[in-house]
Amino acid sequence: MTLALELVGIGKSFTMHLQGGIRLSVVADVTFAVSRGECVVLAGPSGVGKSSLLKMIFGSYRCDRGRILVQRGAQQIDVAAADPRRILALRRDTIGYVSQFLRAVPRVAAIDVVAEPLVAGGTPRDLARREAAELLRRLNIAGSLWGLPPATFSGGEQQRVNIARGFLPNFPILLLDEPTASLDARNCEVVVDLIAERKRRGAAIVAIVHDEAVRDRIADDVIDMTRFAAAA
Amino acid sequence: MMASDDAPLLIAEGLTKWYGRQPGCRDVSFSLHAGEVIAVVGESGSGKSTLLQLLSAQIEASSGRVLYRMRDGATRDLASLGEAERRLLARTDWGYVHQDATLGLRMAVSAGANVGERLMAVGERHYGRIRGAALGWLDRVEIDRGRVDDSPRTYSGGMRQRLQIARNLVTAPRLIFMDEPTGGLDVSVQARLLDLLRGLVADLELSVVVVTHDLAVARMLSHRMIVMKGGQVVETGLTDQVLDDPCEAYTQLLVASILPP
Repeated sequence: MTLALELVGIGKSFTMHLQGGIRLSVVADVTFAVSRGECVVLAGPSGVGKSSLLKMIFGSYRCDRGRILVQRGAQQIDVAAADPRRILALRRDTIGYVSQFLRAVPRVAAIDVVAEPLVAGGTPRDLARREAAELLRRLNIAGSLWGLPPATFSGGEQQRVNIARGFLPNFPILLLDEPTASLDARNCEVVVDLIAERKRRGAAIVAIVHDEAVRDRIADDVIDMTRFAAAA
Repeated sequence: MMASDDAPLLIAEGLTKWYGRQPGCRDVSFSLHAGEVIAVVGESGSGKSTLLQLLSAQIEASSGRVLYRMRDGATRDLASLGEAERRLLARTDWGYVHQDATLGLRMAVSAGANVGERLMAVGERHYGRIRGAALGWLDRVEIDRGRVDDSPRTYSGGMRQRLQIARNLVTAPRLIFMDEPTGGLDVSVQARLLDLLRGLVADLELSVVVVTHDLAVARMLSHRMIVMKGGQVVETGLTDQVLDDPCEAYTQLLVASILPP
């Protein structure tokens, strides 16, 4: 089994300067590894630091301690210590992230929101749009919506656009934050299938999923995040 | 975005500007690579505009220097360039988008002439080609071709700003300086301009230094952020890192002060 991602001794706290400098510990000493083709699900109650951990792997939260080792081709990159340009490079070709909520950009059509990561990676726009359309269709987004900016879509529709955007490029690492939270059973099924396909193609996946039925179907390993609760 | 030759396009080293005994900008250092967008944010008086003027060689630094990788690949200290070289740089390889479009446009001549003029400044003399380029750029910035012979005085604020961008981009510059490019525009006009800028920056692989007090603008346009206060840099990092996980007290205050819509 080839490792795709390895976390070693990750620690993180927030210092809230506007609240008299109190420190909120988020996680301490998080250590685990994810192999290619494996899906690891982070489990534990709200506030235990699951989403924060995904953001640290994606590089949008900083780490206080530890290493986040990501395999990029033959290279190994420590996200916790990498400069911004290297993190951006990882986001272009290695790490995909489906956030809990779509950050909609005004005026940009849903199909272009989905196609954008492919275009940024050098795929010609026409081809990227065709692939985006196929995935949107699979996720049951009506064709009449593709040309519209997703800001006015329903929560479930926005989340499916977000999923399509995250799954379209074939990245070796995928981070999923509650991808099925606002989906009906039919679309939930599509996402479970997408995850299974990605695993078969060798992606390493770290997911947060509260629905136990979904979790049981996608998880190769479940990590209990309460193990890493920092001593307050 | 990561150019094969990985040398930065622009390097600021210890840039400092004193206005008498008042610091405009103190000890600012960073580098900017090809295709990278850096937002400089801060409130009025933070020194962000002074920094932009220093970087674009409009004012002289009290100490420190700015290095720029020229089109021939040689990296030069801007202070070592002659006046003519600096002017050539400013009207070919650089663009400067002012908040007030009337500063970046010539209001007495037509829109087409505003775009064409920058081409003529680099030696283009063929009228048909100049007009063709001007019309092409009006299309690109979503201005109706039928308005090409009108004076920008007859344009709305948003159109003027888009014309200013076209005028800057016609010479295929590699680096654009922007000073509050969306300031003073209505929100719908602002959104359209931001969307346009985002697309152009990505398609043309432009490097950009954008000064703004608007964190939403920084979020949409930039890869990296520099937060300034009292002339000094207080925090830097990836844009989402600075906005989602701000470390310094001042940055936390700025982020916490955004009104949700």
